[in-house]
Amino acid sequence: MSTRTVGSPVQRREDPRLVRGDGRYLDDLGHDALAAAFVRSPHGHARIVDIDTSGAIDVDGVVAVWTWEDLAGSGTAEEPLPMLLPHPSIEHPVTGYALAKDRVHHVGEAVVMVVARDRYLAEDAAQRVRVTYEPLPAVVGVEAARAAEHLVHEEAPANVGAYFEQHLGDAAGQIESAPHVLELDLDIERSACMPMEGKGILARWDSEEGRLKVHASTQTSTGLRAALAAKLGLPLSAVEVITPDVGGGFGVKINHPWPEDVAVAAAAMRLQTKIKWVEDRREHFISSAHERQQLQHVRVGFDDDGQILGMEAQVWHDHGAYLPYGVIVPLNTATHIPGPYRMRNFSVTFTSLYTNTVIVTPYRGAGRPQAAYLMERTMDAIARHLGKDRTQVRSVNFVQPEQMPWDLGMVLQDGRMGIYDSGDFPASLEKLKELVGWDDFEEYREQARAEGRQVGIGLACYVEGTGAGPYEGGHIEIETSGRVNVSTGLTTQGQGHATVFAQIVADELGVKIEDVHVTTGDTRRMAYSVGTWGSRGAVMSGNALLLTARKVKEQALRIAADALEANPDDLEIVDGIVRVKGAPESQIPLPMVAVLSNPLRYAFDETARAATQFGGKSDESKPPVGDAEHPGLEGSDFFSPVRTTFANGMHAAIVETDPHTADITVLRYCVVHDCGPMLNPMIVEGQVHGGVAQGIGGALYERMAYDADGQLQNASFMDFLMPFATEIPHIETDHLETPSPLNPLGIKGAGEAGTIPTTAAIAAAVEDAEGFPIRRMPISPPELWELRKQHASNTTDPS
Amino acid sequence: MSSTPDAQPEARTVRGTVVTTVPRASFDPADGSARPEELIDVYLRVNGAERHARVPGRRLLSDALRHDLGLTGTHVGCEHGVCGACTVLLDGQPVRACLMFAATAQGHEITTVEGLSTPDGELGPVQQAFVECHGLQCGFCTPGFLTTITAYLDENPDPTPEEAREAIAGNLCRCTGYQNIVKAVCRAAELRRGDDPAPDGTQTPPAPTQEEEQR
Repeated sequence: MSTRTVGSPVQRREDPRLVRGDGRYLDDLGHDALAAAFVRSPHGHARIVDIDTSGAIDVDGVVAVWTWEDLAGSGTAEEPLPMLLPHPSIEHPVTGYALAKDRVHHVGEAVVMVVARDRYLAEDAAQRVRVTYEPLPAVVGVEAARAAEHLVHEEAPANVGAYFEQHLGDAAGQIESAPHVLELDLDIERSACMPMEGKGILARWDSEEGRLKVHASTQTSTGLRAALAAKLGLPLSAVEVITPDVGGGFGVKINHPWPEDVAVAAAAMRLQTKIKWVEDRREHFISSAHERQQLQHVRVGFDDDGQILGMEAQVWHDHGAYLPYGVIVPLNTATHIPGPYRMRNFSVTFTSLYTNTVIVTPYRGAGRPQAAYLMERTMDAIARHLGKDRTQVRSVNFVQPEQMPWDLGMVLQDGRMGIYDSGDFPASLEKLKELVGWDDFEEYREQARAEGRQVGIGLACYVEGTGAGPYEGGHIEIETSGRVNVSTGLTTQGQGHATVFAQIVADELGVKIEDVHVTTGDTRRMAYSVGTWGSRGAVMSGNALLLTARKVKEQALRIAADALEANPDDLEIVDGIVRVKGAPESQIPLPMVAVLSNPLRYAFDETARAATQFGGKSDESKPPVGDAEHPGLEGSDFFSPVRTTFANGMHAAIVETDPHTADITVLRYCVVHDCGPMLNPMIVEGQVHGGVAQGIGGALYERMAYDADGQLQNASFMDFLMPFATEIPHIETDHLETPSPLNPLGIKGAGEAGTIPTTAAIAAAVEDAEGFPIRRMPISPPELWELRKQHASNTTDPS
Repeated sequence: MSSTPDAQPEARTVRGTVVTTVPRASFDPADGSARPEELIDVYLRVNGAERHARVPGRRLLSDALRHDLGLTGTHVGCEHGVCGACTVLLDGQPVRACLMFAATAQGHEITTVEGLSTPDGELGPVQQAFVECHGLQCGFCTPGFLTTITAYLDENPDPTPEEAREAIAGNLCRCTGYQNIVKAVCRAAELRRGDDPAPDGTQTPPAPTQEEEQR
């Protein structure tokens, strides 16, 4: 038998190309395309009084200068952008325009598009556009939005975009009668995905064929295709979207269509040419998307053991100036608050608010880091109140393995009930305690104290709904050369899909992994797909390709059985050769099966010539291609799960806080992760490492610093601090593999896991080091220093 | 309300489409005057070959490499010198190609990621180490790391994991969490020294231990 590759740390097949500089990212394409640049709002909130483009027209090399009015005549491009994910909770949906119409609602909003011979000239011309604004009061931050002294949109009273609540049991009643009650106010700040490659689009109008061909750095090529066809009034069949190599996504490239997508594609059509727009870093900061900011209030009732009897959470969520991607983020927060704990009396209310800042769409974790922060800060507060070990308080609340499947009792963001399918939380906690040395920490703390050092330990647990539906598909085609072409519609942005999907197909078909070639995110190859988000790539497309491979294998065995005059059940495929089990000399190579599958008379290659040896007598009464057959060794299938599968994990951090400077250093970071059987442990660990690094960034460094007028004060890599190698510790990992019963591979998603509990774990560790509660994250040394001062002068502990 | 540049009235407000392919009054961004932007001939020596581009004086080296010479391996992540994705070697020293004009690179030897493979097309040691150690995910920042590490190992051919971490601390990666890049630096040093057999195709070298990597 061939060596199975699933489960092994197979080296990535995409790497040799990428390390040679042979990647093809968006800006590597279309060197002869015209370039677009955008004039963007300098105001957080303003009325557009006048736009004077005459100076821009003078610039040599300028081809077009467009304002909102010029979008008219391209389908519905001048109408507001779509609300992609409507939800009953959305009371006042407002989306922006491809180019601002009468008002701007955040700094960075696109107002005018300039198309020129190259980007330098387009930017020159953009600087010569004169826009006259009448500034209006800006609403910045959750508190200002909630106070609603000013409105972001007149059509959204009190700045509320969406409001919803979910209730389980009788939270209020249980809290009233609980022996202990605590209340906490929590604050978590804005951060952002910040992929190293920004967004971008290259649109070409083929006037001879009447087709729009788009390359885009997106997480959903099928979604972008449908959106562009709808906005531009084109039949879907006249639009194709191809996602080349993508330089990171982390969520920000799932929103679509971006204003620039519509404007650039409309202009490419109108000018009958090729136009490219590549976002620069400042544009990415002020005009793409952020996430995370919430204010949270918790009221929890518990018994002497720390068992939660009832809990109420109120959350105010800042969703920025528009709501194009709906309320996925707050819905995720709401439904992930219970985490690994039994919660039977729980209520959560959510107010999602407009502000005059950049829109909020999912960022790795997508609302779940906030949920883990809320729940885990609460667990720590309970432990502190009762004077108990923090792991003990968690243990008494865990859903037990024998209680799986555990019905969460809440509706998830996909509209389906949340049911935990697998996991063993007590076992995970044991592994984590051992990995980090939880029980020996007091000894280490004393030792550190003797050296004048101050250290603390914290942990945080989470569950994560992953692999959400509704579906993904696969297509596999075996060429007469033996080359196996595999396609799936979702996109890839660094997760190693070309490797992992090849592993699955190679194992299932019985071919060498070298013969398998994977294409993702090309609507010409697979027109049905949802996209790459929510830790769903491996679960959805992986299983779709497994099912597809089974189907194609069945066809191959049927054809081979005819040729070998054997029963298909007696055949196996090993290293690309179909043979009779137990009698391997009776065999036919898979390429030849591909020839036989297509009764074409041309002997166009060596395999086709050789296949004549298998051309036995045909049945004259039947057509060459039977009713149930099709020419070619190929097939498609789809995977559509009944519901979301739940991965889970636990993190522990050890930090040191400098007694003088309040500098915070992460000394150790330990992860126990359960995503079921790992298809490629090397890739899973890479995902965890990257997620933790982003989580540490979010806990200690990254914050969108807006002033009261809505100006982002740190819109560059000089000022927005992302961790370099020196800020990230060596990450220690361990795994527990509890398979999911919800899909044939038994797997659960892994992409976002590393980011979810990190802020909570580090907050807990800093709290442990300092001895006072940490309720606002991220935390910087000056903030910690201030907190120390406050707690020194006021020894009353608010918890 | 469309307008064409040929029918320019006096200064006025327009909100409308301008479509033309006819050259108009030229514009020099240097002083905003009507003079056409001057182009200069730039001769660059890149990866051992003489290359020529006729570009404006303000053309960034990164743009010239990518768009004029078609060497798209050098990436632009921030265009303000922080992320390091555009790092190339100038006479063997790492420089940010986004902070330099193409014209100023004349007379220097430039090495881009495309020049790190051996002359017969085999991966260079740093490239090979990245593949073995899963040192990349999306791959966008990778060329800048590869050039930076190549120069570093010329100076320090036998770094400790701690030194390796310092060596890459000027480049941003948003995917990997750096751990496997640190591992790749150490592995590349081994490959350069030739004192370690290549692991088989499905194995990666063990990670540095916690003690080895304590900062």
